[in-house]
Amino acid sequence: MARVIVDVMLKPEILDPQGQAIARALPRLGFEGVGAVRQGKRFEIELDGPADEAALADVRKMAETLLANTVIEDYAVHVEG
Amino acid sequence: MSGARVGVVTFPGTLDDQDAARAVRLAGAEPVPLWHADHDLKGVDAVFLPGGFSYGDYLRCGAISRFAPLMDELIPAARSGLPVLGTCNGFQILCEAHLLPGALTRNASLHYVCRDQGIRVVNNRTAWTRDFEQGQDIVLPVKHGEGRYVASDETLAELESTGRVVFRYLGGNPNGSLNDIAGITNETGTIVGLMPHPEHAVEELVGAPSTDGRAFFTSILKKLVNA
Repeated sequence: MARVIVDVMLKPEILDPQGQAIARALPRLGFEGVGAVRQGKRFEIELDGPADEAALADVRKMAETLLANTVIEDYAVHVEG
Repeated sequence: MSGARVGVVTFPGTLDDQDAARAVRLAGAEPVPLWHADHDLKGVDAVFLPGGFSYGDYLRCGAISRFAPLMDELIPAARSGLPVLGTCNGFQILCEAHLLPGALTRNASLHYVCRDQGIRVVNNRTAWTRDFEQGQDIVLPVKHGEGRYVASDETLAELESTGRVVFRYLGGNPNGSLNDIAGITNETGTIVGLMPHPEHAVEELVGAPSTDGRAFFTSILKKLVNA
């Protein structure tokens, strides 16, 4: 059993109005010193078996196929623990 | 002008399929209901992907619809020349299915925008726009929260240089779309996607801002009948 994390973020050149709205809200709440915020998605994938190379290759394929739209988003895969 | 059969696809969460079917019927064609879970295009001559919130917009708008059983049939058929029109969520699905380039993202304002929108027809050579004049200004309803068209610089340059931008917003861009893009087409002009709603602008009786939407349906009907 292993848990694999896929982080999906809008590509840097794609406008992220949600992140901008959060960045504008933080000073109003008293949080200072925040230059910018980008919002993304985190997927926690529980594998039945170990997170070996074959399983990770599968997870990357999941990310390419469904979890991320690679036209506008980048993804990163890592094993938790 | 009869005998043409236009499929109207219903996914779980589709909203505009009844208006779409009605618009097809008003134009003189036969609307054919297509169900997302079927592997069957029922031999239709063209397909309309209507708007709504298919699969609740889970993950990304259109991301899950793109893998519906019906899409296994529709994607290769569209690549082989079957005319397809996608409006709003239908446009999002066409982009997620890579039948059209680019993607639709959250409106720059973060507001859901619902209003009558001025639009310029900048390509009247597609299967769905030939009954418009080139450069004609029309009014259609828009209603969406994620309609900001984005694409890579290379894709955008290619769309612009090859005349594949079909519609641009006039009198204010409702969502922050790059180059005011409201709709685009594929290389052959058979697949068109746009955020505005022609199927809501076919009858004066319901208070539509115009009947400019009719020309989409008469365009495809003429193409099918003359084919």
